[in-house]
Amino acid sequence: MILFLQQMINGLSVGSIYALIALGYTMVYGIIKLINFAHGEIMMAGAYFAFLIAITTNLPFPLVLVFSMIMAAILGMFTEYIAYKPLRNAPRISALITAIGVSFFLQNLALVIFKANPKIMPELIVKKPISIGALKIGTVTLTTLVLSIIFMIILDIFVKKTKPGKAMRAVSEDKEAAMLMGINVDRTISITFAIGSALGALGGVLYSITYTQVFPTMGVMPGLKAFVAAVLGGIGLIPGAVLGGFVIGMIETVSKAYISSQWSDAIVFGLLIIVLLFKPTGILGKNEKEKV
Amino acid sequence: MKSRKLSLVLVAVLILTVVLAGCSGGSKGTEVIKIGVIGPMTGDNSMYGTSVREGAMLAAKEINAAGGVDGKKVEIIAYDSKGDKTEAVNAYNRLRDQDGIVALVGATFSGETLSIKEIAIGDNMPMLTPTATHKDVTLNASNIFRACYTDPYQGATAAVFAMENLGAKKAAVLYNIEDPYSEGLAIAFRDKFSSVGTVTNYEGYTAKDADFRAVLTKIAAQDPEVIFLPDYIAKIGVILSQIRELGLDMIPISGDGSDGIEVDYADVAEGMYYANHYSKSDESKLVQNFISNYDKEYGVQPNALAALGYDATYIMLQAIDRAGSFDSDKIIAELSKTDEDYVTGHITFDKNGEPLKSISVIKVAGGKQVLVDKVSAE
Repeated sequence: MILFLQQMINGLSVGSIYALIALGYTMVYGIIKLINFAHGEIMMAGAYFAFLIAITTNLPFPLVLVFSMIMAAILGMFTEYIAYKPLRNAPRISALITAIGVSFFLQNLALVIFKANPKIMPELIVKKPISIGALKIGTVTLTTLVLSIIFMIILDIFVKKTKPGKAMRAVSEDKEAAMLMGINVDRTISITFAIGSALGALGGVLYSITYTQVFPTMGVMPGLKAFVAAVLGGIGLIPGAVLGGFVIGMIETVSKAYISSQWSDAIVFGLLIIVLLFKPTGILGKNEKEKV
Repeated sequence: MKSRKLSLVLVAVLILTVVLAGCSGGSKGTEVIKIGVIGPMTGDNSMYGTSVREGAMLAAKEINAAGGVDGKKVEIIAYDSKGDKTEAVNAYNRLRDQDGIVALVGATFSGETLSIKEIAIGDNMPMLTPTATHKDVTLNASNIFRACYTDPYQGATAAVFAMENLGAKKAAVLYNIEDPYSEGLAIAFRDKFSSVGTVTNYEGYTAKDADFRAVLTKIAAQDPEVIFLPDYIAKIGVILSQIRELGLDMIPISGDGSDGIEVDYADVAEGMYYANHYSKSDESKLVQNFISNYDKEYGVQPNALAALGYDATYIMLQAIDRAGSFDSDKIIAELSKTDEDYVTGHITFDKNGEPLKSISVIKVAGGKQVLVDKVSAE
């Protein structure tokens, strides 16, 4: 029983990182119907920012985190401005290809600047187990879980209660109507990218602390899994991304713990196929007729 | 009609150019002895190939300073394989066709060495891999030798060490299923250990896996005293940090892939053991000279791969010197007669091209390598 609980916590921790990254995918998709394939690279950039801040200054972990999130948010807004904004009215496939281009560009830029060798992330959080009864939880696992949940709650409040959040929902519902209502669509999209990128960077920093390394291709696999999580939960829906992330993390952990660690990815993606066969719009997605 | 003639002439000129270019590039130089080196010099595992190259370069430099081989200068030509099997084959073809190497010191990883093995046999290329530890590397290949001990030997030694020196009764094995080196060690360890003790878990992971908490929690439930982790530093470092984070009480043991782990992962690697090719704390003059020369040349301490690259280059060049020609058969015959002291121990080859040498077990203590025991082969 203790063992099972322990594995559940491992699963939640893995899942929370996927959920954080998935939020970026789903928010961007929700607002401009773009699958932002460069999001994994924003996550990677966030990890590099944290790495640079951590080795050049002696700032404590919370400040390192905040600064790297801000820098990633700026990077996210910048890529949107440079690469996606000019294609706002172009066919969707053009924007998608551009996103793949941005992804490769950022990856290779990191490769040129930092070289391919993985950098060792300084130990920003002291790694040790905390005992709660018979349960042992790692400090990093716990921090990841707590921070992710806090930021998800903040996001939820932001989207539901604030003006920019309301604008975001309006734009994702109907861009033209929102514009007629006097909402600054461009700025709203910019904010969405900023928030998505900041959350991605949070995921990236936590990921690099958990797995000790920062390298140019680190965003690819978690990015892919987070994308899967977003689709699984119902892309475009914020609760869907969170749910999808946790579900993927859980399945991965359970299959590693009780079936086989070699098969975990096959099981995760196999399950995705099954879910999408029965519910093509994802777990929380509603089957809506295409608007004409 | 005229234009057709012209194009025929053009084609003829083109063919001639290609043929002539091929001639000038393909001929073997007589003034320099070209030795090829292949290994990963960029990417996750760049330190392995770079170390081998630096060791080989140092050996060549020392030999050149002492007058070269038979009055001829030695040139090391090293190509990056990125640790990839296809890239290794490309590098080999380039070394053979374009550079016209006399012999190959390589490749660095087992996987890439196995991928060029069959071509090298076809070419009868004198080949001495400094670091490929997979058992199949020298199998049925009269031209291929190795300077390091094999995976089965290393894995079995680690198991014996765990049982006898650490008194372990239960052990877990966690290995990379995509890597022949890792799997080779894992199998040998399991087979040897289970003859006396119990192997509680025998788990595999894939190269892209980054989260080991689930599988480590599962292993910890069986309460093994030691965990065997045959992989390279980039992965072992990640696993060790998660062992530390979960607060698991088991002693990590590893193979020579862990050499140098104390540089980046001193805290999490504290207390682990690994089998290695040589120890910096060895006091023999040969070893200490090598360490100081290497330090002078590159400004860092040499790791085991650099030592093996250095030894392999010496062994190869001494064989070429004794052979007195670039004839592959003669070089191969002389290689098999090797019988001398080197940095990584006294080396002779058996009939398969396997070295007979000793193995050092090293402990990471206080962020440093400490020689714990030296197990002699045969």
